[in-house]
Parts: sequence; C-alpha cells; structure tokens
Amino acid sequence: MALTFDAAAIRLDDFRLTADWQTEAGERIALIGPSGAGKSTLLMALAGFVPLASGAIRWNGRDLTALSPAERPVATLFQEQNLFPHLTVAQNLGLGLSPRLRLDKAQSARLTKVLERVGLAGLEGRRPAQLSGGQQGRAALARALLQDRPILTLDEPFAALGPKLKADMLDLVAEVTAGITVLMVTHDPADARRFAPRTVVVAEGVAHPPAPTQALLDDPPPALRDYLG
Amino acid sequence: MRLLLLTAFLPAAAFAQTPTLQVMTYDSFVGEWGPGPRIEQAFEAECACNLVFTAPGDAAAMLARLKLEGARGRTDVVVGLDANLLAEAQATDLFVPHGTVPAVDLPVDWTDTTFLPFDWGWFGFVMNADMPQPHSFQELADSDLKVVIQDPRSSTPGLGLVMWMKAAHGDGAGTLWEGLADNILTVTPGWSEAYGLFTAGEADAVLSYTTSPAYHLLEEGDSGKVAPIFREGHYLQVEVAARLAASAQPELADRFLAFLLSDNAQRTIATTNWMYPARDVPLPEAFAGLPRPDKTLFLPPADAAAARDAAIAEWQAALSR
Amino acid sequence: MAGRAVPLTVGLAVLLLTFGPLAMVAAHAQGGWGADGPALRFTVLQAALSAVISVALAVPVARALARRHFRGRGALIALLGAPFLLPVIVAVLGLLAVFGRAGLVNQALGTVGLSIPIYGLHGVVLAHVFLNMPLAVRLILQGWQAIPAERMRLALSLGLGPRDIARHLERPMLKAVLPGTLAVIFAICLTSFAVALTLGGGPRATTVELAIYQSLRFQFDLGRAASLAALQFLLCAAAVLLAGRFAAPSGFGRGLDRVIPFAPAGWRRSADAAVLTLATLFLAVPLAMVAWRGLAGLGDLPPSVWGAAARSVGLALGATALTLGAALTLALSPARWAGVVATLPLAASSLVMGTGLFLALWPLLPPERVALPVTLVVNATLALPFAFRILHPAAQTLRQDYGRLADSLGLRGMARLRWLVLPRLRAPLGFAAGVSAALSMGDLGVIALFAAPDGPTLPLLVQQLMGAYRMEQAAGAALLLVVLSFALFFIFDWGGRRGSDL
Repeated sequence: MALTFDAAAIRLDDFRLTADWQTEAGERIALIGPSGAGKSTLLMALAGFVPLASGAIRWNGRDLTALSPAERPVATLFQEQNLFPHLTVAQNLGLGLSPRLRLDKAQSARLTKVLERVGLAGLEGRRPAQLSGGQQGRAALARALLQDRPILTLDEPFAALGPKLKADMLDLVAEVTAGITVLMVTHDPADARRFAPRTVVVAEGVAHPPAPTQALLDDPPPALRDYLG
Repeated sequence: MRLLLLTAFLPAAAFAQTPTLQVMTYDSFVGEWGPGPRIEQAFEAECACNLVFTAPGDAAAMLARLKLEGARGRTDVVVGLDANLLAEAQATDLFVPHGTVPAVDLPVDWTDTTFLPFDWGWFGFVMNADMPQPHSFQELADSDLKVVIQDPRSSTPGLGLVMWMKAAHGDGAGTLWEGLADNILTVTPGWSEAYGLFTAGEADAVLSYTTSPAYHLLEEGDSGKVAPIFREGHYLQVEVAARLAASAQPELADRFLAFLLSDNAQRTIATTNWMYPARDVPLPEAFAGLPRPDKTLFLPPADAAAARDAAIAEWQAALSR
Repeated sequence: MAGRAVPLTVGLAVLLLTFGPLAMVAAHAQGGWGADGPALRFTVLQAALSAVISVALAVPVARALARRHFRGRGALIALLGAPFLLPVIVAVLGLLAVFGRAGLVNQALGTVGLSIPIYGLHGVVLAHVFLNMPLAVRLILQGWQAIPAERMRLALSLGLGPRDIARHLERPMLKAVLPGTLAVIFAICLTSFAVALTLGGGPRATTVELAIYQSLRFQFDLGRAASLAALQFLLCAAAVLLAGRFAAPSGFGRGLDRVIPFAPAGWRRSADAAVLTLATLFLAVPLAMVAWRGLAGLGDLPPSVWGAAARSVGLALGATALTLGAALTLALSPARWAGVVATLPLAASSLVMGTGLFLALWPLLPPERVALPVTLVVNATLALPFAFRILHPAAQTLRQDYGRLADSLGLRGMARLRWLVLPRLRAPLGFAAGVSAALSMGDLGVIALFAAPDGPTLPLLVQQLMGAYRMEQAAGAALLLVVLSFALFFIFDWGGRRGSDL
C-alpha cells in the first residue's frame, strides 16, 4: 500500500516541479515550502487535475496517469469551494457516496454515522451558508471520508480557521483517517509538527523525499531555512 | 410539438387516388381573406382533384424559389407573377405556352401565350379624401403631402412606381424624383409596412392601387379613402399565371388556368385580391364606380427589364441626396 | 472535465448550420462576387452607433436596478425583455406612434409649433436602442449580480464609498462584461433591414441585408448574396474577436449565496430613480401604444389565429430545447473557439440561411414536409448567440469554482446537470430559455420559403392579414403574438429567478 512518485515531472509554462519518492501505507505527510513552489500543484497532479509531463504516479504499483479525477483513489479537500452552496449538508455528503444522490439504507446510515463522528449530527438539512467556518470544514471532511478513498489530500482547507479551531480540525483528521494516506499542504510548521510524522519540502522545482518532521524542522536544510526565516 | 413534427413528415398518401395539382402563389393569395380558399373549393368541386397551394413568400420570392427548384420542380401552375418580372421568368425556360392568346380585357393589348393575366390594377397613391389631392407627380412634388413608398429593390409596387415614373416622364424622371424627395416620408421594404404606416396615420398617402379604396368602402363602409387620378396616366400592374414545363398534369393545369378566367373565379379575385378582374365580369358598384385613369402606362416585359436597373439607380441617387 | 467530444460536435453542427447554407448559395452562384460600398458603410456606422449608445444608456439603468429594491422591480426587469421580442413591423409602428410624424411627441411639440423628424440615421439608432438597450441592461445586470456579496461586504467594511466601489468592484466587472455586450448588439444591428430602411427614411439607409434581399429575390444573383453574407460574417467575427481582446476577466472569486444590498443614499438615490423612470417611459410608452392599437382588433380575430398560435408556440418550445442544449454545452466549455462559434449565427442572414438550406434539402425531401423542422432548427441556431451570451459568464464561473470538486466526486452527465448545473444556473437558464422561446416565436424568413402546408404560423398570419388590407386585425394578431411571446419569456424567466438570489 504505497503511493509512488516515479520521476514525476510537471511543466506548466515556466513552472517546473519534479518528485521521485514514495510514502508508506497509511502515513500522514505534510508538504511545506515557499508559496508558489508547487505544493498545491503536486496535490492537483495526484488528484488528476494537472497532467504530468513525464514520469508516473502509482498507487500500489498501478499507474494513475491515465485515470480521471473521479477514478483515482484520491479524495481532495480544496482550499475553498469544498461544498456546493445550493445543496444541503446531507446532499453534499451524499454526493461522496453516489454522484446521482440515490442512497440506499446502508449508505444513509453511514452518512448519519460520519456526521456524528465529525460532530455535525442534526445539521443535515442546513445549507453551507448556515454553517460556521469550522462546521463547513467538518462537513467537507465528512464527505471526503464517505468517498472512502485510500488517499486524502488536504490543500490548506483549514487556513481560514483560527489557531484553536485549526488544531482541533487537524486532530479530528488524524483521528478519523486511520489507515488512510494523508498528504497535507501547509505553510505553518506547527501544523506539520502536530499532524505529520514526516514532511516533504517543496522548493526550487523539487519536491524532496519525505523526512522525519521533527528533525527536519529542528535542523532545516537551506531551502527550508530561508522560508522559515 | 412531437405531433407537429409527425404531421410534417406524414406522406400525403390520403389523396393518392385523386390527382393533385400543385399551385404556387404568393402568401396573401392563400390567406384566409385572399382568393385562395374560395378558388380551391370551387375548382375542387368540378375537377375531381386535390388542389394544393404552396406560398413561399411574395411574388418575387415565388420566382426565386421556382428558379432554385429548377427543372425538377413539382409545381404545376404558378399564379401571381408580376408582369415587371416576366422577362426574367421567360428567360428561365421553366414555363410553357398554354396555347391560345387569352380572351382578356386589359387596358393594354395582351398577346403573350405563356403568361395568362388573371387580374390587374393601376398603381396609385391612396389618401384620405379630406386632404388636398394632387393630380400629377408635379403637383405631388409641389404639395406638402408626405407619402410613404416601397423600395423598388425589395417590392413589386416599389418597382412599379419607378417604372411608372420612367414611362411617364422618361429623361425627366430624375429631376421629378429630386422634387419629390422632400415629400417622401420614408421607404418601406414592402407593401404591407407602407400601408400599415398610412392607416396608422403616420403618412398622408401611400403607394398602392387605384382599386384600394374599394376595400375600405366594401369591407369597412369607409368612403373616406381616395386614389386621385394623375394626368400623366397610371402604370399598370398585371398579375399572370402560367403552367410549368415540368408539370406532370398539363391537362389539369390548363383546366385550372381556364378556370381562373371563369366568371366565378374572376369575381372572387376582384373582391378578395382588390384588383380588377382580367375579364369584364359584373362587379359591385363600389368597385365598378371607381375613377379610372384616362391613360394607361405600361412597358412591355423586355423594355421593363432593360430599363429597370438604370431607373432604380436614378431613384436611388435622387433620394439619397 | 466532461469529454471534449460533445462540445466539439455541437460546435461543428452550429458551424455547419451557419456556413453550410452560405456555401450552398455560393456553390450555385453563376455571376462573380460583388460588394456594396455605401451600404457597407451605412451598415457599420448605424450598428456601431446603436451598440455604443445602447450600452452607454444601459449601464446606469443596470446599476440602478442592481442596487435598488423597490416594488415592481421584478416586473420592470421582466418588461425589459419585451421590446427585444417585438416583431419588427410591430416595434416600428409602436415607436412611430410615439416618435413619428403623427406621434405623441410631435403632437405635444406641435402645440408650440415645433416638430422633430424621426426619419434618418438618428431614427434608426433610436429604434435599435429601443430594441436592444433592454437586452444590454439584462446582460450588464447579470454582471453586477455576479459580484459576490462577500466582496461588497468587504468593501463596505473597509469604508469604501460609492466612488471607490465603482473603481474597485464595478469598473473591473464592466470591463469584463461590456465588450461582449457591445459585440452582441453590434452584430444584431448588422443584419437590420426593415427597421433601418423604414426609419432611415429612404435609400440612404440601405443596409447589407437589404442588398442581400435584393440579390436573392430580384436579381437572383446568388454570388452577390453569398459574398455580402460572407462580409457580414467577417464583420461579426471581427467584432467578437475584438471584444474578446478587450474583455478583461473580472477575477472575482465565488462567494456563498448571500445578498448584501449596497444602496447609497443622497443624490445617487434620486439619480437612480430618475434613470429608472426615464428608461421605463422610453420602453413602456411604445409598448403601450402597440397594445392600444392591437386591442381594437383583438376582439375581431379569425378563428384560424389559434391554430397559428399553437404552431408558433410548439415551434418556439422545440427550438428553445435545442438552443438551450447547444448553448449550455458551449458555455460550459473552456475553449475560446466556443464563444466565436456561438456568436457567429448573429450575423447570419436568415434569407441566405433559408435559401441555402433549401438548396441543400430540396433535392432530397419535399420542402413543405420539412418546413417546420427546418424552421425549428434555424430558429434554434439564430437564438443560440443570445442564450450563449446569457449563460456564458455564469457557466464559466461555475466551471472555475466547482468544476474540480464535481470532477473529483465523479459528477458526470445527467447527475452533474441535475445536482450542479441546473440549480447553479437556474436564473440565467430561465432567462436564456425565455429569450430563445420568444425569439423563435418571431422569425418567418425561412418558413415562408419552405412554405409549410398546414396553415401559417402566427407571424406569417400577421403578414397575411396585413397583405389583405386587414390592418386592425393584423394589429390584434400582432398583439396576441407579443402577449404569447412575452408570456413564454416571462414564465421561463420568472421560473428561473424564483428561488434564486438574482
């Protein structure tokens, strides 16, 4: 159960990024680095929104390159727009189970259970605009969980939350994603320390292989040192 | 909608036993108030056939469509070509002679054996009787009257007016047009728009036919519309019918052409098309009593075709100043 | 992303319908090519003036509508659809009843011995502004409503005044919306024929479309007709491409669906009220005159009017379904070419289109049997540019904001339509459907040439009534046509706006 970036290279106009490493099953990894370095772009390539110029991304040895976003074993929490504002919480979550929103009994039960797990029980009928920022994050996380994918990517979805709320959300993610490989973009070293045992530094066109977070942040390499200041 | 589509594609199998006569004409001819429905009913009563009208637009559109169809057309008879377009029609070789010189009473001699006149009228300016009435183009030009006319490039009456001016005034037409320029309120693409502007009260007079007041008298009881007679004479519009060479039923087609000149059809045409019938049949008093010009102007088709482009250019130049 | 095959197919079909007939006409041409210098100059001049003035007047009206909430606002927005939908001759007579020689304005001026002649370039522009300014208002109003409430709230919380808001929020939006709106109205006015000639007062006001008519009907010079029609396309394409160059993307992110009204008080309030009053008068009085003229004939309508009305409504609904499908597909496509392809039919001469399709179909099928289907397809094609223009901004926003989320969830095909596109685009879809339906009620150029056998459509019946001297009944039937067009427009538009925040 490993995610492999096999000499994966992205080229968009002037932008270049390469990655050549792999994760271990079920581990949580932070992606850190200067803005514009390509942290989000790497996740978008994994999710299938940005094409690879060369190389491959594999899951358990299977090449994902030709698969559409929905066919990939990846659930994504974007920076924003994680919920459709015209649909209720229940409908938004239901889309994680069935794109046609036809849920059977078992699926409905799962939906209720996941809502409870993220602390949103009873809010099924609300629209996103009627939720607080923290609740919106929880709803999006719940939907990602219902998608039941072995990989979850987080593109700073909680950046707008306050420190306490964000910490709570990260703890919640850690708690509910046992067995899932999680890749999280962050610009805050504290998030990485709290959440991810290993961290990938993305800088100067390279996504470096994951290294233990603690050691990395205590003694940062030059590229990271500039960013951390 | 589905139903509409279905009927549109249904074959006309219902009439497979009786022969079908395809008659092409202009749209106001087949309207509920035009001669079409009555003529269809009367002819079908005696022909044991099915008469089908096709109306692809005005008289000019009709000729255009016949040309588009070419020699493979399914039309048997065409009704309503304007004599001003006859040279073009003749040149297509789409029509065949119906035989004899028709026994018609027109203000001009008619010797053509291909195109059969079925009605005619003089172009004239229709106006309200309580206005000062001009009796020549010069008087019109000298008056303060505002008239609406049709564009000769898009309308047969508009073309008729240009030919009228040319036939009446020859080389003096250009100068007269310039004198008329300030009397011409505007120019419309077709007869309907012009007549609509006139009845809405926007213009004092409209280019139409000297027979137009008969409509207002007979249908609306309004005797307040007149078409003053011009001293230089009035240009003639002759509407003709003809059989197409490609017709699969030449005999039936000829029968229909003959029927068009029957007393019954001629009376119907007069009081629904508001033109004089081609044969001298008894007419309602309102019609028969209309003032008639002393002089009829008419350019034979070949002359009309030859004069057309220059006459239109002259008109355009004078009114563009 | 949804596959590229579908938008590509739709685009090719539209291109085929737009250029195929032109090619057919050109292929049958015997004479050479031809142009008409003065007609071209006048056409471009009046179209450019009409577009600029329509848009310039539409901006303050749209702004007033965007920031004021008052009783009757919904009705006024709906009324804006009406002039655009009027059959040409009806609109001309309505305008003349107000601005004509015997119209209300000149009657009033006459009491003090003045008169303002309407006929001339200014009359043509006045009529085109009357017909198209409301469309411009609706298109620009959409832009205003696309400014997310969050941005507006941020601006207000930063203490920005009306002038700052205009600079930072409204002007960038206008920069994005106006070029397209200008191009659309320019293209509409390019093919003007009856309005331009009648209000232009004579052959000075000859447009390219009149020259096409003359070539097809009187001269039977297919080469000249085809080359003039091609010229119209070139002008239209140039306008659209130019608009694309200048249309700066507004760069607003999408907010959540909340509305914060921004309604500055003081003189701006009075100015907005004045603008709305003047615009309403300008649009409503000619419409009222149309209704007044039609009422007398309404009681006197022949029974055949109902069959004609049913045919027209059926045609309009069929064409609307086709138009919306094509417009939505193209509007959701990220490709640049989609905008050009969807706008080109604007410059299509319906005369050339009808003639070309006739040439193409006539050897294969009896024309009268295909009259209705052909009319349906042609109407759908001619309405496409409007539906596209209405849908495009919202569809692109939708794609940018929720495209990835929907893709990652595997929302595809009907599910995507039902759970994402229809609910998010409800308001513009309703508006687009209304405009398409009403437009399809009006056109008669094509069906006439094909000569449908089972009785006329309503516009054709109006034409027949006028041709038979029955002006009063014609006005009545025209009023019925207007009422039905407007009812279709209103039902779709209202249905779309209901339950949406726009």
